[in-house]
Amino acid sequence: MSLTKDHAALAQVFNNDEERVDWHDETLWFVRAKRDRASHGIPDWELLRETASRIKHNVLSNMHNYLVQFEENALANGIKVHWAADAAEHNAIVLSILKEKGIERMVKSKSMLTEECHLNDFLQDNGVEVIDSDLGERIVQLAKEPPSHIVLPCIHKKKEEIGDIFHEHLGTAAGESDPQILTETARQHLREIFLTRRAALTGVNFAIAETGEFVVCTNEGNADMGAHLADVHIASMGFEKLIPQRKHLSVFLRLLTRSATGQPITTYSSHFKKPRPGQQMHIIIVDNGRSIQLSREDFRNSLKCIRCGACMNTCPVYRRSGGHSYHTAVAGPIGSILAPNLDMEKYADLPFASTLCGSCTNVCPVKIDIHDQLYKWRQVIVKNGYSTKTKTAMMKGMTLALSSPAIFNLSGKAGRLALKFIPFAVNNGLNPWYKQRDMPTPPEGSFTDWYKKNRKGGKP
Amino acid sequence: MSREKILNAIRQNQPEYQPLPEEVNFYFEDVDLIEKFKQVLEFIGGRLHAVSNYTEAKAYLESIMPPAGRWITAVPEFQDHATLIEPGDPHLLENVDVAIIKAHFGVAENGAVWVTEELMGARALPFITQHLVILLNKNNIVPLMQQAYRLIGNVEYGYAAFIAGPSKTADIEQSLVIGAHGPRSLTIILTD
Ligand code: SF4
Repeated sequence: MSLTKDHAALAQVFNNDEERVDWHDETLWFVRAKRDRASHGIPDWELLRETASRIKHNVLSNMHNYLVQFEENALANGIKVHWAADAAEHNAIVLSILKEKGIERMVKSKSMLTEECHLNDFLQDNGVEVIDSDLGERIVQLAKEPPSHIVLPCIHKKKEEIGDIFHEHLGTAAGESDPQILTETARQHLREIFLTRRAALTGVNFAIAETGEFVVCTNEGNADMGAHLADVHIASMGFEKLIPQRKHLSVFLRLLTRSATGQPITTYSSHFKKPRPGQQMHIIIVDNGRSIQLSREDFRNSLKCIRCGACMNTCPVYRRSGGHSYHTAVAGPIGSILAPNLDMEKYADLPFASTLCGSCTNVCPVKIDIHDQLYKWRQVIVKNGYSTKTKTAMMKGMTLALSSPAIFNLSGKAGRLALKFIPFAVNNGLNPWYKQRDMPTPPEGSFTDWYKKNRKGGKP
Repeated sequence: MSREKILNAIRQNQPEYQPLPEEVNFYFEDVDLIEKFKQVLEFIGGRLHAVSNYTEAKAYLESIMPPAGRWITAVPEFQDHATLIEPGDPHLLENVDVAIIKAHFGVAENGAVWVTEELMGARALPFITQHLVILLNKNNIVPLMQQAYRLIGNVEYGYAAFIAGPSKTADIEQSLVIGAHGPRSLTIILTD
């Protein structure tokens, strides 16, 4: 913490450009609104969420057996199965597969797990070139930045900036920023990559214990272009990607993309069961802290996550601080629960990067109690002495309010009174969220009602 | 070695067993399935054209597709218009302009069609082609993914995919661009 900047400091940097913050906020809200329309089109959406959550609960409780079953079936399908305890082992396995085949150039489709493991840097240090093929990921790769969002990797970049990157690296005309032309340029550039790379790495959205197959979802078709043209297909998955049976996909595929972008389904939901003749297919099952998270009763539900990104799009803090402020591969509310499990000290700031408004919990398609977990992490972090003074002071007030139901119920009203009469009590330098702006005029009704009335599109 | 370590840690740390939820039948509106399928397909950037026979289908395709290009098919009935695909190196499909394949069934709620490897001819074909044409029998449209997976059941395949519309991206400022890495267009030919 003392060495790296924390979320509040990084968010302050992001907030220096207010216009950009507003634009970022609006863009993500637009995605959130599409998610709302898609979910409202399903009358039994809540039943669907509940079902998904309960299937995932079953998975967590029977993870050991499902993994053994998955491995057995995958092996029978002709897939090679590897196990990696941590990021280093995962990366070493990928390198050894490539070395065995004498491959020095690989194409990769979206995999947040490989971001978590810092695979690209590792391979580059070992003489292997990696090219990301998802358009957004390619853009941030050329810009030498990590993705800022798990579904929309370059959501923080304006098209003019992307135009400059393409001008420098892919030879488009200076000043060209038309998304159509830039996308076409990337298509031509990456087509050549797909056709010449002998190894392709993909992520995994779902792995099915019953059949030993895995499913990869993309809109661009890049996972398929890579995998079907390569001699070696490596798929990396965190073990929590498992689901029991093929038919359970009918629940998850209905939820995933509606929650992510508001589409009814991704363009491609590709089911990989066996390598094609002459091809090698590998699957790497990664732990990297997940088995520890599984032991934490208060936090294990975070392993239900299907990485739809809805909690980020809806989060007022994420929208106004940007993904990079979270200084971890998976940003936003869910990232703030996952990261402290890996390194409580380094990520002690993240559970505090939230207003605890609960919007994340409301949109989560697998019903993870995200904001409750953020609140619980704060307590754990303070108890373990990783919290800075500021946050400890904040915590104390919060703990007092939440420990007494009477005070909790009154706190909304009390908060409004505090705003009206003693604004410095809220905007007092103890709360980093108020650094950049003055507090809004206090609402007459509830906070949510007021925001609905006063901000474009009913944004909280 | 790590295998045992991981599995032991999981066995030790996993919560008490929770059964799977009982299977429920999800709700679907009692609407015309073809109409719903068409509407969703158009929403996601695809197009649908109904024909009563293959001659009509061929005439339609000739009217909308680049005539001089390389046409490949995995449907024997289209051999006089396109080259029947043969097994071999997928890289040879690099310059395919139009690919014509069949689907098993379509799903009304999301405009997707289910295609297994045998129907593709080659796994790469539906992705590498510039334009994709998929034949779908109009009686084979199910309402939801629930019915879709009931149809799929335990069927064996090496590779299969739901394909919903042409390839697309919105990675640049959320502006939708059709034709990312895969096909620039998807045409579903609805057959009797
Ligand atoms: S926590 Fe829930 S809402 Fe957030 S990415 Fe995961 S599944 Fe989506």
